[in-house]
Amino acid sequence: MSNLILSIENLYKSYGATEVLKDINVSIQRGEFLVLVGPSGCGKSTLLNCIAGLEEVNAGAINIGGRDMVGVAPKDRDIAMVFQSYALYPTMTVGKNITFGMKVRGVDAATQAKKLADVAKLLQIEPLLNRKPGQLSGGQRQRVAMGRALVREPQLFLFDEPLSNLDAKLRVEMRTEIKRLHSNLKASIVYVTHDQIEAMTLATRIVVMKDGIVQQIGTPSEIYNHPANMFVADFMGSPSMNLIPATVEALPTGLAIKIKQENGTLELMDDTKIKGLKMGAKRELLIGLRPENITNPTANSRLVAPCRIEVVEPAGSDTFITTSLGEKPITARLRADTVVSPGAEIDLAFNLASASYFDAGNGERLN
Amino acid sequence: MMDNLVKDGSLRQVALRAGLYAVLIIFALYYLMPLFVMIVTSLKSLDDIRTGSLIGLPRELVFDAWGKAWSGACTGVKCEGLQPYFWNSVLIAVPAVMISTVLGAMNGYVISQWRFKGSDFIFALLLFGCFIPFQVILLPMAIVLGKMKIAGSIGGLIFVHVVYGLGFTTLFFRNYYITIPVELVKAAKVDGAGFFRIFWSIFMPLSAPIVVVTVIWQFTQIWNDFLFGVSFSQAGTQPITVALNNIVNSTTGVKEYNVDMAAAIIAALPTLFVYVVAGKYFIRGLTAGSVKG
Ligand SMILES: Nc1ncnc2c1ncn2[C@@H]1O[C@H](COP(=O)(O)OP(=O)(O)OP(=O)(O)O)[C@@H](O)[C@H]1O
Ligand SMILES: [Mg+2]
Repeated sequence: MSNLILSIENLYKSYGATEVLKDINVSIQRGEFLVLVGPSGCGKSTLLNCIAGLEEVNAGAINIGGRDMVGVAPKDRDIAMVFQSYALYPTMTVGKNITFGMKVRGVDAATQAKKLADVAKLLQIEPLLNRKPGQLSGGQRQRVAMGRALVREPQLFLFDEPLSNLDAKLRVEMRTEIKRLHSNLKASIVYVTHDQIEAMTLATRIVVMKDGIVQQIGTPSEIYNHPANMFVADFMGSPSMNLIPATVEALPTGLAIKIKQENGTLELMDDTKIKGLKMGAKRELLIGLRPENITNPTANSRLVAPCRIEVVEPAGSDTFITTSLGEKPITARLRADTVVSPGAEIDLAFNLASASYFDAGNGERLN
Repeated sequence: MMDNLVKDGSLRQVALRAGLYAVLIIFALYYLMPLFVMIVTSLKSLDDIRTGSLIGLPRELVFDAWGKAWSGACTGVKCEGLQPYFWNSVLIAVPAVMISTVLGAMNGYVISQWRFKGSDFIFALLLFGCFIPFQVILLPMAIVLGKMKIAGSIGGLIFVHVVYGLGFTTLFFRNYYITIPVELVKAAKVDGAGFFRIFWSIFMPLSAPIVVVTVIWQFTQIWNDFLFGVSFSQAGTQPITVALNNIVNSTTGVKEYNVDMAAAIIAALPTLFVYVVAGKYFIRGLTAGSVKG
């Protein structure tokens, strides 16, 4: 058996004249947890629907478990799906909702009962089996929808924002539960979410989409630390990455960086290389630095510069401050015990080792 | 001062309320008057009718008119009352209501949930069908019934009512099913259910309220229909509305108002019955199966 569970090649999808998905290429291995993220309307649900066979594609190939899916009906794709709105059958009890698929496929009653019992136990919904969906809370419905997918034991699970309707606390609980399910069942999952914390904590790999185009595919750490472009940098992470306008010059000693400050210029040195920048040449670009890379100086901080504090936001475990660099507000993340007050000056350490450099025009990554 | 204001306000309210009720009661009486006259007249003897006033109560309750209307009144030459025609109407209305409701449900299901190229156009055509006046289709329909060799038969009348009702029943079901999220069908497809399975297992159980609405509408239309009944029937297949007309119009000597009234009430009873019985289920259906779970 091949380990490639899903491969999508050059997939295009449009509704009439609107192109919704453009040249999508994605593949996942057995046991992977692939998370799709992107702003609302970027085509995440549409992509799931295409994988499930619920929408026709305009061009491209979808392979599930080594089989080409052209003309294969959803029920024959060996998938199970949890929908954004759960889509539980309103007139059936929870038990019937979960066994409906098995009943349709002609699974014998004893097996149905056994699987139902197993799943109900796993998801802790045993007391609910005789209720109708209308009599359940959001979290309970979510688990029923999950149960309906689990009894299928498919090669591939498709989850469309299953936690989006839950309150914050339940969401965190269910997130852990899903993570546990994934590691217990060794299931292969494609999971759509808006929530980047969900994406970072659950994913083995993340696909970032925008306007139907894949922006970047990578592990959570790759996406977080090496965003492929400014969109990904800005979209992932909270508070989001600082994008500081700067001028850089390639010198034999390294990269000389000049950032406009309130009064004067902040000068820093980095040892990275910028694509297409010849020795001695200058260039305007944007430096991406996460708030945690602008911090309290320590004994071995190399790049330290004074900055004026504009806003202070204590967040319990950390204190975020806003200052101004390159005429833009910049967020820095300080230790919670730092004494700060708006208007004062403070020394900030810049950790350029994990800095990203972006083209000011097209936003592509340069280092 | 404050107290006075409040009192004034509430006094005004009471007066308004009283006025409102008075107007409503007057209108209700106005509408119930004909029914009252019909019932009272049907229970009078002919003598009583001739000598008493129109709205006066009967001097003595006589039920003879009801018996005669049911089984003895003359429609032209035959004198067997409404009875055989009543059953004709049942034979026409029951299958026609059932068939048009089931077909309308299917149509609505396809148009709202299995959209295909041109489904909107077909829906528009069906809607258009709702607005075609009866008179326009009389001649073409007569020709079609002739070609199908069901002219003048009960089957022919069922066919006419099904065809004519389809626009309405489709509209009802389509508007009901369009509110059901498409994800329900998608989930069922992934579960492996096909077109009919999804219809019977998922949509039909949700449809109680709209089925009741459709049945009430269709039954009333078909039972009360006169034009199709008189145009496409022959002796022996006439519905009750046509027979009622014949009873009222075939007078031999003295006009029997009490029999006419009793016959009219008998002809109207089934629709009344459907409203009373199904109306209850209608409200029950509305409150029980909430779609948005
Ligand atoms: N049936 C349809 N007909 C026409 N356009 C559609 C249809 N379904 C979706 N679209 C369009 O396709 C685009 C992508 O929709 P999709 O539902 O995939 O977005 P999404 O990424 O899942 O968004 P969200 O995060 O809000 O769920 C949107 O612009 C939407 O308007
Ligand atoms: Mg979506």
